[in-house]
Amino acid sequence: MLLRVEDLHKRYGKEAVIQGVSFSLDQGETKVIIGPSGTGKSTLLRCINRLTEPDRGRIWLEDLEITSFKVNLNHIRAKIGFVFQDFNLFTHLTALDNVRLGLLRVKRMSRKAATERALAELARVGLADKAKAYPAELSGGQQQRVSIARALAMDPKLILFDEPTSALDPELIGEVLSVMENLAKSGMTMLVVTHEMGFARSVADEILFMEKGVIVEQGPPDQLFRSPKHPRTAEFLRRITDLYGGER
Amino acid sequence: MNLVFSWGWLPRLSQGLLLTVELTLLSMALGAALGLILAMLRVYGRGPLLPLYLVASAYVHFFRGTPLLVQVMAFYYGLPSVGVQLSPFVAGLLALTLNTAAYQAEYFRGAIQSVRVGQMQAALALGLSRLQALRYVVLPQALRLVIPPWTNELIYMVKGSAVVYLIGVLELMGQAKNIAARTFRNFEVYVVVALFYLALIFVLTVALRAVERRIRVPGLGAPSRA
Repeated sequence: MLLRVEDLHKRYGKEAVIQGVSFSLDQGETKVIIGPSGTGKSTLLRCINRLTEPDRGRIWLEDLEITSFKVNLNHIRAKIGFVFQDFNLFTHLTALDNVRLGLLRVKRMSRKAATERALAELARVGLADKAKAYPAELSGGQQQRVSIARALAMDPKLILFDEPTSALDPELIGEVLSVMENLAKSGMTMLVVTHEMGFARSVADEILFMEKGVIVEQGPPDQLFRSPKHPRTAEFLRRITDLYGGER
Repeated sequence: MNLVFSWGWLPRLSQGLLLTVELTLLSMALGAALGLILAMLRVYGRGPLLPLYLVASAYVHFFRGTPLLVQVMAFYYGLPSVGVQLSPFVAGLLALTLNTAAYQAEYFRGAIQSVRVGQMQAALALGLSRLQALRYVVLPQALRLVIPPWTNELIYMVKGSAVVYLIGVLELMGQAKNIAARTFRNFEVYVVVALFYLALIFVLTVALRAVERRIRVPGLGAPSRA
């Protein structure tokens, strides 16, 4: 087992955002978390690399307990890629330097090796020709692909995607999803929060439906989409189909 | 009206100008170092560093809340009563530095806070430590954003440094006062001195604009065209 989350809880003030979530992820698996807004999906991802501190519960990456207070946080985070909804590319750095920063400062690679690796990752997301461009000079889809390259360059054990296409214009979503699809096929372990049901259905090994801080239902995409066991899952899938016009 | 200028004033005024430049640039540089530390304490110090946060806040309030002139007088005339006698130059430089540090701290704080939170989070998510994230991600952006208000502070300090003539530092204003007292050509001397200040500030402004343009990055700070 690569990632194991056990009975995770998180509250903000009076609001319990996550109320006892448990699941696991095997090497090479892609799991997709779906569910209405404000049900703790993003918070869950942020707890996994401890950008947010969980209140209770434990998380393991292989046999290392992430939630232990003894753990070196920077060390853990370097092993877990994170792709943000609004990209968060470093504004003052070119695409190349965005991808290179972690290699130089966290992995302490030589400049030459870091540059080679960064260029290779940019090529992998189809942006070799944009190495010198600043984020402001790239489209949203290109920015998100650079941010995926930035995560990939660190050789992460898994990558967390927090609604990676929600901030994109509709015509730019496809290029990001296809990069992610290729990643999943290449054996990367991925945990993805998304509203893209087409992607969820075709790429996920398993879907987790989350609502009000708990996992209501989980299962393989075919089963979950065709015959959801829980009425709330069915209700959500109906609403999201209305909203997004079915599968892409 | 009969105006009389003299080339003979120039050597003294040039010496004065040099001292004004020295005082301004030194106090701005030292004040920037101190101001940056104060700003970071004010932005990030509220957790375990709370005592330092409070000290930094009190410092800023104190030095912004009292007149520069009072601070200069206190350092030169006040400190000897607790056994510390500073030369006029050192007392003046110290007062200017501590004063500008408080203002610069606030400019830096504003700039640091206008760097979006996601930038720090993305840096941490990569595995950078908090200090590395500051050093490689937040500050390079904040320092670019701070140049316009920092230029403002520099201009203010060129002129503000004139108050140290009152404790006998012969910078531009001090030299002017002496020449005027000797020659009784008050109007002419001060017109010349005003032009000296104007020229100095012009040069500094142009220089900083050049720096700003040189390190500008698309998408950060004001767009190059409206």
